[in-house]
Amino acid sequence: MTVEAPHIEYGTLSPLLLILGVAIVGVMVEAFLPRRLRYLVQTLLAIAGTLGAFAATIYVGTRLADRADGRARGSIVAEGAIAVDGPTIFLWGVLLLLSFVSVLLFAERHLDGGVTAFAGQAAALPGTEAEREASTRGLEHTEVFPLMMFAVAGMMLFPASNDLLTMFVALEVLSLPLYLLCGLARRRRLLSQEAALKYFMLGAFSSGFFLYGIALVYGYAGGTSFAAVAEAVAGRIGSQGLLLGGVALMSVGLLFKVSAAPFHAWTPDVYQGAPTAVTGFMAVCTKVAAFGALLRLFYVAFGGAQRDWTPMIWIVAIVTMAVGSIFALTQSDIKRMLAYSSIAHAGFLLVGFVGLYQATGAAGSEITSLQSVLFYLVTYGFMTIGAFGIVTLVRDAGGEANHLSRWAGLGKESPLVAGVFAFFLLSMAGIPLTSGFTGKWAVFTSAAQGGAWPLVVVGVILSVVAAYFYLRVIVLMYFAEPAGEGPTVAVPSVLTVAVIAVGLAATVVLGVLPGPVLDLAAQAGAFVR
Amino acid sequence: MSFPWLTLALVLPLTGALVLMLLPKSSSARPGESASALPQQVALAFSLLTLALTVGLALRFDPNAEGFQFEEVHTWIEGFGAHYALGLDGIGLTLVLLTAVLTPIVVLASWGDADRGRWSVNSFFAWLLALEGLAIGVFAATDVFLFYVLFEATLLPIYFLIGGFGGARRSYAATKFLVYSLLGGLVMLASVIGLYVESARSSGGPTYLLSELVPIMGDVDTGVGRWLFLGFFVAFAIKAPMFPVHTWLPDAADEATPGTSVMLVSVLDKIGTFGMIRFCLGLFPEASTWATPVVLVLAVVSILYGALVAIGQRSIPRLIAYTSVSHFGFIVLGIFVMNSQGQVGSTLYMFNHGLSTGLLFLVTGFLIARRGSRMIPDFGGVQSVAPLLAGIFLVAGLSSLSLPGLSPFVSEFLVMTGAFVRDWWYAAFAVLGMVLAALYILLMYQRTMTGPVRPAIEGMRDLGRRELAAMAPLVTLIVALGFFPQPLTDVIRPAVADTLSHVGRADPGPTVTGADTEAETGADAETEGAD
Repeated sequence: MTVEAPHIEYGTLSPLLLILGVAIVGVMVEAFLPRRLRYLVQTLLAIAGTLGAFAATIYVGTRLADRADGRARGSIVAEGAIAVDGPTIFLWGVLLLLSFVSVLLFAERHLDGGVTAFAGQAAALPGTEAEREASTRGLEHTEVFPLMMFAVAGMMLFPASNDLLTMFVALEVLSLPLYLLCGLARRRRLLSQEAALKYFMLGAFSSGFFLYGIALVYGYAGGTSFAAVAEAVAGRIGSQGLLLGGVALMSVGLLFKVSAAPFHAWTPDVYQGAPTAVTGFMAVCTKVAAFGALLRLFYVAFGGAQRDWTPMIWIVAIVTMAVGSIFALTQSDIKRMLAYSSIAHAGFLLVGFVGLYQATGAAGSEITSLQSVLFYLVTYGFMTIGAFGIVTLVRDAGGEANHLSRWAGLGKESPLVAGVFAFFLLSMAGIPLTSGFTGKWAVFTSAAQGGAWPLVVVGVILSVVAAYFYLRVIVLMYFAEPAGEGPTVAVPSVLTVAVIAVGLAATVVLGVLPGPVLDLAAQAGAFVR
Repeated sequence: MSFPWLTLALVLPLTGALVLMLLPKSSSARPGESASALPQQVALAFSLLTLALTVGLALRFDPNAEGFQFEEVHTWIEGFGAHYALGLDGIGLTLVLLTAVLTPIVVLASWGDADRGRWSVNSFFAWLLALEGLAIGVFAATDVFLFYVLFEATLLPIYFLIGGFGGARRSYAATKFLVYSLLGGLVMLASVIGLYVESARSSGGPTYLLSELVPIMGDVDTGVGRWLFLGFFVAFAIKAPMFPVHTWLPDAADEATPGTSVMLVSVLDKIGTFGMIRFCLGLFPEASTWATPVVLVLAVVSILYGALVAIGQRSIPRLIAYTSVSHFGFIVLGIFVMNSQGQVGSTLYMFNHGLSTGLLFLVTGFLIARRGSRMIPDFGGVQSVAPLLAGIFLVAGLSSLSLPGLSPFVSEFLVMTGAFVRDWWYAAFAVLGMVLAALYILLMYQRTMTGPVRPAIEGMRDLGRRELAAMAPLVTLIVALGFFPQPLTDVIRPAVADTLSHVGRADPGPTVTGADTEAETGADAETEGAD
């Protein structure tokens, strides 16, 4: 008996493999390079890795084969485990760009006295002699870079997976490094470790749901590849109970990752406790990856059972928007507020997702659901990472000043920082001429075209509520007198400045001239099946 | 017309705003006149340039040509069907002119107002110019998407103007204003999306261009059309503001500086009534006719409610704000009576109300700044210490109550005629509004200007040269247009006829005004002139 080696399309998978390679080299660097060189080497490695993978993505993207009469492009590779198609390439591109920006945020050393925002020695207990020693010696964990690269690899695999098991592996690969990263804050370490533990516990729990869902779906379809599941769903063979149970449990796992209500409880705690750079990375890249996976799973594998799962997603979308918008009103911590804001955005994304509109008209220039969600992810990603970049700048003696009251009067203290942050907030609120507006317009329009009018109306009304809490911060920054000392704005190095500048530029450009990116999302076409 | 004049009219003030932002900050914190007036001068220069440009446009405007003039159409966002499309009809031109006329006056009148704000003088005038540019864009937009974007964008300058330079409760007032406006704006967004969905189903693919949307909306399902109409109407009613969604205006006017109030009430609120003509009637003729009874009742309620509440106010800016609610009731009444007298009157009213309320806000602003209080009981006998101020106050007040011979009378009379032609009941209630107007204006004048001189009033300075220079053009325009409104009515009438033919009410128009002369009481040659 001969065992045939699986056939792997290395060229097509090169972006993913490159990132994995960088991650492994990063681990080697930790093992073999002297401490003083590690920071520089790791940073350069991560930057080169993300940019190289981005270039590779573009290369792969230009060589996708047409399928299904030109409505989709791409191919299924690695023995059916991975689909590299238009949406995958688009999401990889977005993920890699945002990861690149996040690397810059990770590498910032100017804000905290010449060291990164990560713990000197994670193993040292908070408040002990060991911790003090680590901090006086200026230690820092450069392992964050390889950890992040592993997470990025998982995120890239997640929306590309074409098999339930691959998807599960991707989910774990992206989650585990994130759990660790959350616990590595230099300041407020107890809070950070609590966040990591919470995230880990709940994440493990949701992975369990996801896995059990896979088992049920396998039981229903008799296979784990999306093609097999789609075929079984279309044929309506087997027990419907197994399918519905499987869909429900798997969506718990995915909705947890996109932080949709009622599976959002971890979000504010984790966003607050994690180092801000990690929060930004997590808020942006995890959401992009998880929405990509959600889209593929539901559109490709469960597409035939639309009628069974759309009511559930409708309800989840409404609850998510409501929870995100309303609970944000009561927050007094800027990171918690941004966490609820990201929940609200997940709700808006779900509205676009559930519209299920595919262009049918002869003109073919209408906005499809997939296109609108992809576009929204881009707009959301850049404005959010920019906003978190600003959050790292406003500081007091104890590190970042995250309590909202400390932001009072920032407009007077530092007009530029306050102005840019106000712009990000206005964009999140969906004011025209910002990317937030064009994104919102796109998801609501595709939903309306799919006939989801009630969702659009609810979304619009909750947008007003959401706008109100963004405004609160603007009012605080501009119209309130500073309390006590007032906030100080630390002077960052070029790294953080670059992050904020990129976020700002993307928010302006996508708000005024969204055409090219919108076209790019349209060109991604449909998923390959 | 190949040169993009309208774009220039829009960009010029915005450039001014940018220049002001980049100017070095003048030391506004220091009291006294030592601070240089550079920002004011720059703002004045840019606003005067814009005025010159728009007057030039008005002179080259051909009132008898069909459709929009000075048109510019470029594809903007293809996927959204959005265009960068500008153009003017008579109604748009009137409002662009109003904006351009009022801005330099506001700059002149607000010369020192920004000193008391929390922020630099530069930013006050920069926001002011930004507002002017965006407002001109709103009135000139011929693409629904572009209109919507600019419509929402105008909120920010005014938000920061109120919140940054207003009175003690400015932050509350600014937020209330913005939340109300965003609510309206987002409800409208749902309708804007609806337009996209409808147009995407048509053969031409998605489009927001007004000229392409109008025929598409003609075939749309009745029910859908009505829903979409509602979205637009609610937004415009909040903007206008109509009863019962007017409550943000008194708060905003009470806290804002006089200049901000003028821009808010005289210019921005006109977007509401302008939008009703152009978008509600233009895109949804069937739904507009369907909604007419309710809208007319709301308009009459606004007229009476605004006037009645105004009588009871103790704060001068609040009082003026409520009079505006009443006046906007008249404007909406004129629009929805669906005949040419009413609509010509309404459009004219938008312009005249801008002038008269602008004058009223500014002159009372001077008064309030001198006394340091905006409460009516704090004043008394001003006319014997500051006769000029009192005189202009009287002119402003009389124009606000539509005294014959002053410009608002012409428009109010036309609106009344239109209402009478539609149904005498509306006219009867509206007349009551006119009577109440006399009451609230004259009572305010009597309480503040006449009687014994209060101790705090003694030694009050009369109007200075700069202040007079700001007031003079307004007074001149109010009087001149009171006797000679033709230049405006000539421009407005064809545009109104166009709108009406759309709604399916092509009525003979101009000749009807002559037939209603029995309604005239005084010797009002000017309404005859309106023919």
